[in-house]
Amino acid sequence: MPEPLSSDGAISPAGAGGAMDLAMAEGASLEKAPGGPQGTGPAGRPRSLWSDAWRDLRRNPVFIISGLIIVFLVVISLWPSLIASGDPLQADLDDAQKGSGPGHPFGYDPQGRDVYTRVVHGTRTSVTVGVCATLGVALLGSVLGGLAGFFGGWWDSVLSRITDVFFGIPVVLGGLVFLSVVTSSTVWPVVGFIVLLGWPQIARIARGSVITAKQNDYVQAARALGASNSRMMLRHITPNAVAPVIVVATIALGTYIALEATLSYLGVGLKPPAVSWGIDISDASPYIRNAPHMLLWPAGALAVTVLAFIMLGDAVRDALDPKLR
Amino acid sequence: MGRYVIRRLLQMIPVFFGTTLLIFLMVNVMGDPIAGLCGDRRCDPATAAQLRAEFGLDKPVWQQYLTYMGNVFTGDFGTAFNGQKVTELMATAFPITIRLTLIAIVFEIVIGISLGVVTGLRRGRPVDTTVLVLTLVVISVPTFVTGLLLQLVLGVEWGIIKPSVSPQAPVNELLVPGLVLASVSLAYVTRLTRTSIAENARADYVRTATAKGLPRRRVVVRHLLRNSLIPVVTFIGTDVGALMGGAIVTERIFNIHGVGFQLYQGILRQNSQTVVGFVTILVLVFLAANLIVDLLYAVLDPRIRYA
Amino acid sequence: MRGATQAKWAACAVAVALAATACGGGDDSGGGGSGADGIVSSSWGDPQNPLEPANTNEVQGGKVLDMIFRGLKKYDPKTGEARNMLAEKIETTDSQNFTVTLKDGWTFSNGEKVTAASFVDAWNYGAALKNNQKNAFFFAQIDGYDKAHPESGSASTDKLSGLKVVDDRTFTVRLSQKFSLWPDTLGYPAFAPLPKAFFTDHDAWLAKPVGNGPYAIDNYAKGSAMNLRRWDEYPGTDKARNGGIDLKVYTDNNTAYTDLTAGNLDLVDDVPASQLKNVSSDLGDRYINTPAGIIQTLAFPFYEAAWDTPEAAKVRQGLSMAINREQITSQIFQKTRTPASDWTSPVLGAEGGFKKGLCGSSCVYDKAAAKKLIDDNGGIPGGQLKIAYNADTGSHKEWVDAVCNSVNNVMGDNEACVSSPVGTFADFRSQVSQQKLSSAWRAGWQMDYPLIQNFLQPLYYTNASSNDGKWSDKKFDGLIDQANAETDKAKAVSTFQEAEKVMVEQMPVIPLWYQNGSAGYSDRIGNVALNPFSVPVYDQITVG
Repeated sequence: MPEPLSSDGAISPAGAGGAMDLAMAEGASLEKAPGGPQGTGPAGRPRSLWSDAWRDLRRNPVFIISGLIIVFLVVISLWPSLIASGDPLQADLDDAQKGSGPGHPFGYDPQGRDVYTRVVHGTRTSVTVGVCATLGVALLGSVLGGLAGFFGGWWDSVLSRITDVFFGIPVVLGGLVFLSVVTSSTVWPVVGFIVLLGWPQIARIARGSVITAKQNDYVQAARALGASNSRMMLRHITPNAVAPVIVVATIALGTYIALEATLSYLGVGLKPPAVSWGIDISDASPYIRNAPHMLLWPAGALAVTVLAFIMLGDAVRDALDPKLR
Repeated sequence: MGRYVIRRLLQMIPVFFGTTLLIFLMVNVMGDPIAGLCGDRRCDPATAAQLRAEFGLDKPVWQQYLTYMGNVFTGDFGTAFNGQKVTELMATAFPITIRLTLIAIVFEIVIGISLGVVTGLRRGRPVDTTVLVLTLVVISVPTFVTGLLLQLVLGVEWGIIKPSVSPQAPVNELLVPGLVLASVSLAYVTRLTRTSIAENARADYVRTATAKGLPRRRVVVRHLLRNSLIPVVTFIGTDVGALMGGAIVTERIFNIHGVGFQLYQGILRQNSQTVVGFVTILVLVFLAANLIVDLLYAVLDPRIRYA
Repeated sequence: MRGATQAKWAACAVAVALAATACGGGDDSGGGGSGADGIVSSSWGDPQNPLEPANTNEVQGGKVLDMIFRGLKKYDPKTGEARNMLAEKIETTDSQNFTVTLKDGWTFSNGEKVTAASFVDAWNYGAALKNNQKNAFFFAQIDGYDKAHPESGSASTDKLSGLKVVDDRTFTVRLSQKFSLWPDTLGYPAFAPLPKAFFTDHDAWLAKPVGNGPYAIDNYAKGSAMNLRRWDEYPGTDKARNGGIDLKVYTDNNTAYTDLTAGNLDLVDDVPASQLKNVSSDLGDRYINTPAGIIQTLAFPFYEAAWDTPEAAKVRQGLSMAINREQITSQIFQKTRTPASDWTSPVLGAEGGFKKGLCGSSCVYDKAAAKKLIDDNGGIPGGQLKIAYNADTGSHKEWVDAVCNSVNNVMGDNEACVSSPVGTFADFRSQVSQQKLSSAWRAGWQMDYPLIQNFLQPLYYTNASSNDGKWSDKKFDGLIDQANAETDKAKAVSTFQEAEKVMVEQMPVIPLWYQNGSAGYSDRIGNVALNPFSVPVYDQITVG
């Protein structure tokens, strides 16, 4: 396991110095009351990291646009009938694969169901799967990976080897074993399954970046000053190690929604009569030559959702990173 | 360093047993594989019992596992239901998949890291936004769609490539499948590199190096890139295993008879001998990749030392 | 059918699912040469079991056996009629003891003579329990089968006492019961002769099987390809009209079809449903779609009390009328299925027992009548119809969803019927055979030989080998027994049809549609046809 010695002169440790200044300033400011009236300025002003981030975000167009998209997605997840009054299960096979027509802007799917209604009604399932699975994976993965990277030694050995074991399980096999016994038609078994098989990826990333962050002089300094483990982890390491996790997690959100499609394709995903983008994408993919619109709309909805979450992730990460101000 | 490697190698032993046991149990939980061997007809009970005895399925699971592991250590990975030795399957499948994986990783490294560096150095500029949108399209379209689309356009409409890969799977036929396989990971690598580069670009050592009058290329490659690669290397390392075992969709679309295909077939036919054998090898590959990644940490960041 | 008493019929239900998807083969170029020596490249699927004749129960392995073996009889590729091949004559006086005389001059492709012993040894091997042959039940009518292959316990012998070699060209067969049509079952590959090499060096034989058919295996790369070449000394009349066949394994029939359109493959014998819409623009008239002896049905659990009531029979009739077969076969299958109106198959022909419309109004879509029948008889047992299917092979999802939507539209309730996927075929089959399903499931039957008996007795006779739903009806059983005892073929057929009429009342399974075989081919080859078992007639294909 990696057991870092104190930094030596093999490579110029410059840079860590700058970071340390910032970190110390940040550490100092955190102890003061949050919220200062000042605008942007050199480090050291009495503002909290979070209020600072919020000030940044409010003026960031990327954040505003992605935020609006996400709010919209949440609203139609809760009340899909606001913009689509039809029944997503209503099918007339005579209309199968037809293109758009009056009252049916997106056309029909292979079973003759209205694609527009299904895309709108599928939002809830797909967004729930994506967001909940991502949150679960990110939390579990970064906690376990972070602990392994921070403590090293036995912690690292045991946790990393457990990670390895879980990595070895093929998704298809896991899906057929864990999900085929489930009869519930809710999204939770699928979410749980994705978390179960997804956390090792984040854990590896988190471990790597915690090991890097731990090398920084400000962490060494904090340790020398007698900071407790929990304080070091929460105040010094987490903010500096969280970036790769956010990056991977926001991208993973999209792949999890797509994974739900693959699981449905294997017959172990969401149980009928669930409606989701994943089911629609997998149903439509054989017809890509003859009726691409059936694939285009749910895949497009998936793309916009992922875009929104990635942009949001980017904006939040930038705002939280004092070095980029 | 040497002691560290030995310790890690020793740690592989429990992982090896843990994984094989887990996979063995999972395949077992799936139920009776014999029922699928007789088509839509019920197997005649005597033959079914005889087959169960032959594959050792009539014994308790723990005994099956012990027998299997005993055989594995003598190099016998068992026999698939179609009478083929699992080692034979491996000998044909692994070389193909290794080629495919290497191609995918080269794509990830060359394209992913280059795009990541470019976008990281030009954050917020048009090139950054363009690449963001492109990576997004790649992420949000599932692999099976990307694969089918490329196959249709390049293989049928334009006739540039052959739509399927021949059994020998030469490298030139694997380029497009490799790209499809790499596509999603490519997006991860680009984004991870971009973030890391952007973060480190403001670091003092970069400023110092620039101030010292070093050429920009040297600053970027020797100082900036090297310090930004740890999360990227971690990701690629973990991706090796995923790519090798997870190529099921790509291998299916392009008709490549590699590990993903054998594994999928083994799982569907509930053939524990095939599945456990292939997964065991995959786990070993994966453990080796992880070890290499951890050793690379020390190369990339000399402050990390292994005792 | 006359003598076919209780004898377990040599029936081999090929998983229609497997037949439909495990389609194979594929790599680079589409063969070479032209004229009589041209090579045809064709799609294939990896056979599930070792390529022994008595161990192959699915179409992909069957394709190969069909090319490299010739048995005593062969089914005519057009009519399905059993004709003598290696048999000069098969004689009997009492429908129980048969004397088989072989034609002279047949050899295996390795030069060994085909003798009576080649058959007797092969059949003994196929029947013996210790050899694990999955089609062993084909030999069940032969005397001594119960000793060589007991239901439980170990076998006391590995030889069938009913088989005796008389001389090089003659052997006798004694059946355990009278069965006058037994010779007609002998066209099945399980009855093929085997050369000595099969027994002396089994592994080498499996690596490169040797037979006596019009083709010999040149090269077999397991799991990816097989090259068969015409055997020039083949003594039969059905000599190959091409230089050979290259079978290429495909894991996805969409890829095989793509390869065909890109010119890398000559023959795809299973065109995926999703491509049917563009098939005429891709291939023009190089596409065939002919009836095959396959019927798809919805089966029900009669071991569940709720489904085994007189009301439930009416509900099943209602469900049958709620399925818009015309619409589904034309929209989902682009007319490669034909709506079913009896429980047999059009390939039998009217004389063989196929009767269009036998099911009457119960198999015709009628929204109002269907809803009334279901509602008046207490609704669907359990409140919801669940149709189980295996999701791994066969693309069943589309039609199961369509059937459910059809029922839902009739009932005016979008959750009256839901599909219920099962991950693997093995799991699906074990749930079916262990009676774990409590609502409907998809069922498919591919005939073993073109006789109406084969479509009824193994599936619906009380406790028959493939009566998975455990339906039981005394009147039906009585009529089947009566038909089997009938000596006049026309009378036997009409008695079988009487039995089928019992099924109209009881609706033990809902007939959905008859499946066609479909194939597409390149402009390099011609004279492509499918036999009634939906396997291409390879030896008749011409190149150039």
